[in-house]
Amino acid sequence: MSAASVALLVPALAPAAEGMPPLPEDFSVRDAIVGVLILLGAFLSLAAGVGIVRFPDVLSRLHAGTKPQVLGLVAVLAAILLEVPSWGVLTTIVLILTFQLLTQPMTAHMLGRAAYRTDHVRRDLLIDDELADDIARRERASAPSDDD
Amino acid sequence: MSLLTLVVVIIAGTMFGIGAICAVWRVIRGPSILDRALAADVLLAISMCALGAEMAVNRHTDTLVVLLILAMFAVLGSIAIARFMAKEDDS
Repeated sequence: MSAASVALLVPALAPAAEGMPPLPEDFSVRDAIVGVLILLGAFLSLAAGVGIVRFPDVLSRLHAGTKPQVLGLVAVLAAILLEVPSWGVLTTIVLILTFQLLTQPMTAHMLGRAAYRTDHVRRDLLIDDELADDIARRERASAPSDDD
Repeated sequence: MSLLTLVVVIIAGTMFGIGAICAVWRVIRGPSILDRALAADVLLAISMCALGAEMAVNRHTDTLVVLLILAMFAVLGSIAIARFMAKEDDS
């Protein structure tokens, strides 16, 4: 790793003067990559928190909240695999990612469906509501019934 | 612990903390129970990321099984809340 990229990663280590900055003795490229991955996971967690607070309704909060659930976890698990490279860790990480990718879309789908059905959606913020079109089409096609 | 790791730990810990506090704020304030379920999910995801980051920093895999169990069963609470939410429930 060149000195310039080290200075990019850790500005505190970059000297003010010209030339090659001296590397600290305990610097390792693996630690730098792991640090970047951990910072990515932490940044996505921060973004999810801010989005949860700032966004106006359930659907947009759902959009913000799903970032650390997949990409943040992928980054952090890759960091673990880099620090402890073994087959056991790799298989466990693949299992964790498999279950996370199977279950989180179920959560998001159920929450979104419940939000739509219970009118917790800000419909004035929607750009296009295809589900409402489909529901209207079905209700026109079928005979009007009493049960809602 | 090298200086690089120390800097990463401080910055990442601050980010995790702010994100978790925001999620807790939404759990407290959330106008509907769906907001609260979603915020609890986000808090759980942030906790999982923090657990993993701690493992990567300290180079151990003791809590990897905890991540596995959480990834398997974290879905149940939100689905139960969403599934049994009554249509006229305003909370």
